[in-house]
Amino acid sequence: MRNGASLLQTAAGAVLAGLSRAVTGVRPIWAGTGPNGRQRIYFANHASHGDFILVSTCLTPPERARTAAVAGADYWNAGTARRFIAHRLLRTVLVERNWVERTADPMQVMLSALDAGQSLIFFPEGTRNMTEEPLLRFRSGLYNLACARPDVELVPCWIENMSRVLPKGAVLPIPLLCRVVFGAPVALEEGEDRKVFLERARTALLMLAPNKDGTR
Amino acid sequence: MSDDTTRLFLGLVGVLLTASLVAGVLSLRSPQPLPATLENLNARIKAWWIMVAGISIAFLFGTGGVILLFAFVSFAALREYVTLTSTRHADRWTLLGMFLIIVPTQYYLIWIDWYGLYSIFIPVYCFLAMPALTAIRGDTSRFLERVSEQQWGIMLSVYCISHVPALVTLPIPGNEGRGLLLIAFLIATVQGSDVLQYIFGKLFGRHKIAPNISPSKTWEGLIGGILSASALGAGLYWLTPFSPVEAGVLAGLACIMGFFGGLVASAIKRDRGVKDWGHLIEGHGGMLDRADSLVFAAPVFFHIVRYAWT
Repeated sequence: MRNGASLLQTAAGAVLAGLSRAVTGVRPIWAGTGPNGRQRIYFANHASHGDFILVSTCLTPPERARTAAVAGADYWNAGTARRFIAHRLLRTVLVERNWVERTADPMQVMLSALDAGQSLIFFPEGTRNMTEEPLLRFRSGLYNLACARPDVELVPCWIENMSRVLPKGAVLPIPLLCRVVFGAPVALEEGEDRKVFLERARTALLMLAPNKDGTR
Repeated sequence: MSDDTTRLFLGLVGVLLTASLVAGVLSLRSPQPLPATLENLNARIKAWWIMVAGISIAFLFGTGGVILLFAFVSFAALREYVTLTSTRHADRWTLLGMFLIIVPTQYYLIWIDWYGLYSIFIPVYCFLAMPALTAIRGDTSRFLERVSEQQWGIMLSVYCISHVPALVTLPIPGNEGRGLLLIAFLIATVQGSDVLQYIFGKLFGRHKIAPNISPSKTWEGLIGGILSASALGAGLYWLTPFSPVEAGVLAGLACIMGFFGGLVASAIKRDRGVKDWGHLIEGHGGMLDRADSLVFAAPVFFHIVRYAWT
């Protein structure tokens, strides 16, 4: 079950994509890259549970079938319903964020998913952004992944408006138009410092955000 | 389907085929990349094809189909509108209510033909309930602004647009069973006037009406557009219970209202710093970009016809 999505997952992915299109009319904006079939890590800003659904809706069906979202195990393993959604319905790679109690190293979990040929949706801020800041500081995860698997493309994706559609704690989404802007891939340079790389990746993502006047 | 309906749609398809052919030849002959005017023309023609297809399918299903179609138009328009407003967390319930309660209720009331309620449901009950609900949530920051934005959005995208399908319910003596054709008449004249104003403006436009809002709206375009659209309306009188002169006057009025609708929509877009309302049809703007003139024309047309013919 590692390489391809199960029938249930494919169906659930298509249904979710249809729903998210009906509610948000989401349209991908390819600004600097296009769908090219290469293995990728899509790294995005994170403010809503709906974020990964929006990104996967924008992908082509074959790419969607092999793309899994990296999510927090503490949240998705709490309760039967959540476990069913995370393990059976959706393609998720669950990582344990709690240092003390964790049983599996998050890096190992993500790397084995990459080695199985999956693309990942990754939120480098590490948690949902509940502040007024547009984007939090990046954690080291993105850098570690880039070091370990340098031939996987790192594609920045700016998610617009999803936090208004489905903010924290909300169950019913408000229909608002959303967009996902995909930017040019960011690659780790030879011997680049961790902090420098993370700041460069963060800037690349932030540059995709529209200005106040709606232009980019 | 009556003979008139068939005639109307054959005519529309003929007009669109001609338009596509002309635009296609122009596009082939012009240098690449296409100039903005031609690009715009192609986009408009594509949008009209989609519009005519959507309306034709709805007409096949009769009144119910048309009501569903315009409920969808309202939903899409409201979604575009709310996206451009500033919403706060405390507005959630009001916003959800707008989409989940107000839109279906308004169109249901039209379906059961309860004129006494659908004409006041939004301006009386919703306009009182919405600020009350927002107030209960306790967030007073920019309260007046938020409430006004929500109410104006409901007015434009739901109340006004719902008067298009409401035309079917008008009990005009001698027009039984031909209500859908009245809708076709209104849409054809208002959309036709948009095009004619655009063409006259491109050909003869010199004096801008409101340069700060829309550089493409000129007096020459407006006057030429309204006169020719009135002639178009008079020529389509066989769709309606009106005489040719009455049809021409009503078409002219609808076009003047349509012009104001377009102007107000442009002012809102300019205020929010966007070029289009949304991206419903790829590269062709959103629902409100195509429906803005109908928004203003529909309720006025509805009430004049209701007053004078029923």
